[in-house]
Amino acid sequence: MAAKLALEGVGKRFVKPLDLASRAANLLGAGVNETIIDAVDGVDLCVNAGEVVGLVGESGCGKTTLGRIVAGILPPSRGQVRYSGHTREQLVARGGRKALLKTQMIFQDPMASLNPRMRIADIIGEAPVVHGIISRGERADYVGALLVRVGLDPADKSRYPHQFSGGQRARIGIARALAVKPDLLVCDESVAALDVSIKAQVLNLFMQLRRDLALTYLFISHDLGAVEHIADRTVIMYLGRIVEIAPTAELFGAPNHPYTRALIANVPRLNARKHRFAPLKGEIPSALNPPSGCAFHPRCPFAMARCRVERPALVEIAPGRSSACHLNATAAASAALPSSEKLV
Amino acid sequence: MDADVRVGDVGTAWPTRLTDSWREFAENPVALAALALVALLIALAVLSPWIAPQNPYDLSQLSILDNKLPPGSRGFAGQLYLLGSDDQGRDLVSAILYGLRLSIFVGITATAIALAIGASVGVIAAYFGGWTDAGLMRLVDIQLSFPAILIALILVTILGKGVDKVVIALVCVQWAYYARTIRSSALVERRREYIDAARGLALSQSRIILRHLLPNAFPPLIVVATVQVAHAIALEATLSFLGVGVPITEPSLGLLIANGYGYMLSGNYWIAFYPGLALLLVILAINLVGDQLHHVMNPRGKR
Amino acid sequence: MSQPILAVANLRTHFFARAGVIKAVDGVSFTLRAGEVLGLVGESGSGKSVTACSILSLIDEPGRIVAGSIQLDGEELVGCAEARMRSLRGCKIAMIFQDPMMTLNPVLRIDTQMIEAITAHEKVSRRAARERAQRALEAVGIASAPERLRAYPHQFSGGMRQRVAIAIALLHRPQVLIADEPTTALDVTIQSQILAEVQGLCAESGTALVWITHDLAVVAGLADRIAVMYAGRIVEQGPVDAVFARPLHPYTRGLIGSLPVPGQRDAPLTQIPGAPPSPARLPPGCAFAPRCGRADAACAAAPDMIDHEPGHAVRCWHPDLQSKAMA
Repeated sequence: MAAKLALEGVGKRFVKPLDLASRAANLLGAGVNETIIDAVDGVDLCVNAGEVVGLVGESGCGKTTLGRIVAGILPPSRGQVRYSGHTREQLVARGGRKALLKTQMIFQDPMASLNPRMRIADIIGEAPVVHGIISRGERADYVGALLVRVGLDPADKSRYPHQFSGGQRARIGIARALAVKPDLLVCDESVAALDVSIKAQVLNLFMQLRRDLALTYLFISHDLGAVEHIADRTVIMYLGRIVEIAPTAELFGAPNHPYTRALIANVPRLNARKHRFAPLKGEIPSALNPPSGCAFHPRCPFAMARCRVERPALVEIAPGRSSACHLNATAAASAALPSSEKLV
Repeated sequence: MDADVRVGDVGTAWPTRLTDSWREFAENPVALAALALVALLIALAVLSPWIAPQNPYDLSQLSILDNKLPPGSRGFAGQLYLLGSDDQGRDLVSAILYGLRLSIFVGITATAIALAIGASVGVIAAYFGGWTDAGLMRLVDIQLSFPAILIALILVTILGKGVDKVVIALVCVQWAYYARTIRSSALVERRREYIDAARGLALSQSRIILRHLLPNAFPPLIVVATVQVAHAIALEATLSFLGVGVPITEPSLGLLIANGYGYMLSGNYWIAFYPGLALLLVILAINLVGDQLHHVMNPRGKR
Repeated sequence: MSQPILAVANLRTHFFARAGVIKAVDGVSFTLRAGEVLGLVGESGSGKSVTACSILSLIDEPGRIVAGSIQLDGEELVGCAEARMRSLRGCKIAMIFQDPMMTLNPVLRIDTQMIEAITAHEKVSRRAARERAQRALEAVGIASAPERLRAYPHQFSGGMRQRVAIAIALLHRPQVLIADEPTTALDVTIQSQILAEVQGLCAESGTALVWITHDLAVVAGLADRIAVMYAGRIVEQGPVDAVFARPLHPYTRGLIGSLPVPGQRDAPLTQIPGAPPSPARLPPGCAFAPRCGRADAACAAAPDMIDHEPGHAVRCWHPDLQSKAMA
């Protein structure tokens, strides 16, 4: 049974082409290079049906770009994206554009992702009618039922987005995605812009919808607390590459990759009391100038000579766990790892 | 400063609540007066066939014996020439009313057509980008680099005289400005997430452009169009003044001014003065309304 | 007990907009001792940013401070002359913002701005000022400070800009530093770095710190005391240990409960029904009553701030005195 979502060697390269002046200069031997950014640099990932996979990373890690590739908004530069075994082209060939509706995205900014000049009945009801999922006559009831499902009042369906609060707009965005009966939802920082008390409501809604509708989620977030709560498996990204994948409880309990460890150690915890912060040194590198070898080596407290030269591959270190770190390969270095991380 | 303090909800750059916008508009008494004046002028123009004392285009109603009568004088048959008569015996009040009607008609029609064409071109250029955008915008640039009056003159010379030819010339002059304006706001809107959401919902490109992009990119054009009506009226007046606009038997305000221009120095000032005043009022009032509209529709300093 | 370095009493800042009066801050009182760290916590619309700007007299029309007193080391700031406020800002009391570009001028080099900030309050030579600026940058952990001084703000990353803003704020070793969500927009690892810097610098120079945030976990690790704001008022105040161990106000309890806690996956998070009220449309009486499970007829009257334990005060008719500890 093919995975609900399979990413094979997916990469996305943004190239800023040279303008006329630079090209002319190059003809004269100036050697000006184009600006190349590998926002996503070779990602392999499988998401099974009914799973919630959390995708975590800081700025520049490529998680948003990857989310957009999965949702079909951005085409990958290389690699394949398969949905239940089929690529997007195959899906369209078999079922028309309608087949692409199975994967939907929930956006970060609840205001910007709703058309300010459309009533929410239209925002939610447009696509199902256009694609023939429901008839025009059924639209009012269908939209009403969806609003109830996401916790809104159906009587409000003639209003405009600006008449709702931030949390309500987030729910409208969810209703719009659900209206086309998806089975895979990509949540791109969907709760980041919300107040703390509203965030809890929307996270609970996600969990409930997952149970009621058997949905699969790719949950992209920088909020480790939310990911820890909702995700079955967690993927950590750094500068366009996956550095670790593990079931959530194991990842948070015994992180393997030094970056994962630093990330988890640096997240403020509610049950901590006043202490001195001991942060990771160094800046997040820019994608314009990625470090050689392992992208994390300039900041890694355990960096070796090999890390500067050779890029570590994402290898399985335990059933269901993968990590991209040379430390796992070196038997000697594994003695340097604290406590329970002796996995080789 | 205060992300905490928001009146109502986060609004878009232009208010979607008409009552609030109206209240803001009405805050400026000058603009309110200008709006009233514009409404009055349009009403006069529309009703002119019924309220004008005579039909100035109907040569049989004119009496050449009544020519160049000063304002307030009575004519040969006893009728009152409130603002005097011109060199052909036309009652100036009627001539101004009919001229106003023609000027406003030409201004609004030309603006509406130019708006439709320019908006379409601009939105398509913004949505597709790349070569489409580059090509269309070069066309716009070429169009805008010529002085409006020059293009208009050339066109009416080629096309000939007539109200419809004038409208065509005005449309050709104006469309580029709308295209450029709407392209800017469409480029901004295109980047916003609701367009991505529409693409994610597998909606067709034409639907996204018409239903999602255009309504949101359009509002800045409202202000531009309002002021451009005034420009169109002025341009038409210029063309008619130069003798290449409307035919001589159906004078617009510009033509009336042209007719009376020669008589200014000989003391029959009213033949050019009153039509000129009417033209001035129309353009001024529309500009004031457009100004206040601009003030209301733009995002202001406080966030 | 020593004299508090900052004493805010009954502060009310209202905005007089066309739509009505917005009571952004409506009776806020707290004190801050020298070297102490106070965490001011609230969601959007709670008035925390307006409180901070009121303290520094940065409220512009149509808003103004309508009542209350703000005493900085005994000196009254409400009604203070603008010239005196200018001499105090940056010198005895400083502020850093969520967006460091609110502090930094994008068209001036860093050294220009820092030298300007130094010479505004002290008569020193440019060379001496430049040296001080360099030391200040090094103190906030910016490597190769001499080159960095000659750069423009846009050449720095977000975290670096915030460090520069902190460096500028601490140039004159102010007695009070107010930080308005400075790390909200930063990544986790960078936030940690900033927290470490601010913590270290404030400890070293004895600066009292007011850290405004919506993130309770940051406050837990950073602050000595916490004040929770809701709809323009402080609803609970006290030592961090006491408030987190036994939150008395239903809102505080709800906030703490709505945060995901490790080890409780798949359990629904405690959610507070409804949404924070807009400051333009506050309900009469207790502002939290519409969302509170413990509300009754008594809540139609606005409650006062009452001490339940020494130093731990709450503004509620029905504080949760019995329930056991939380996080």
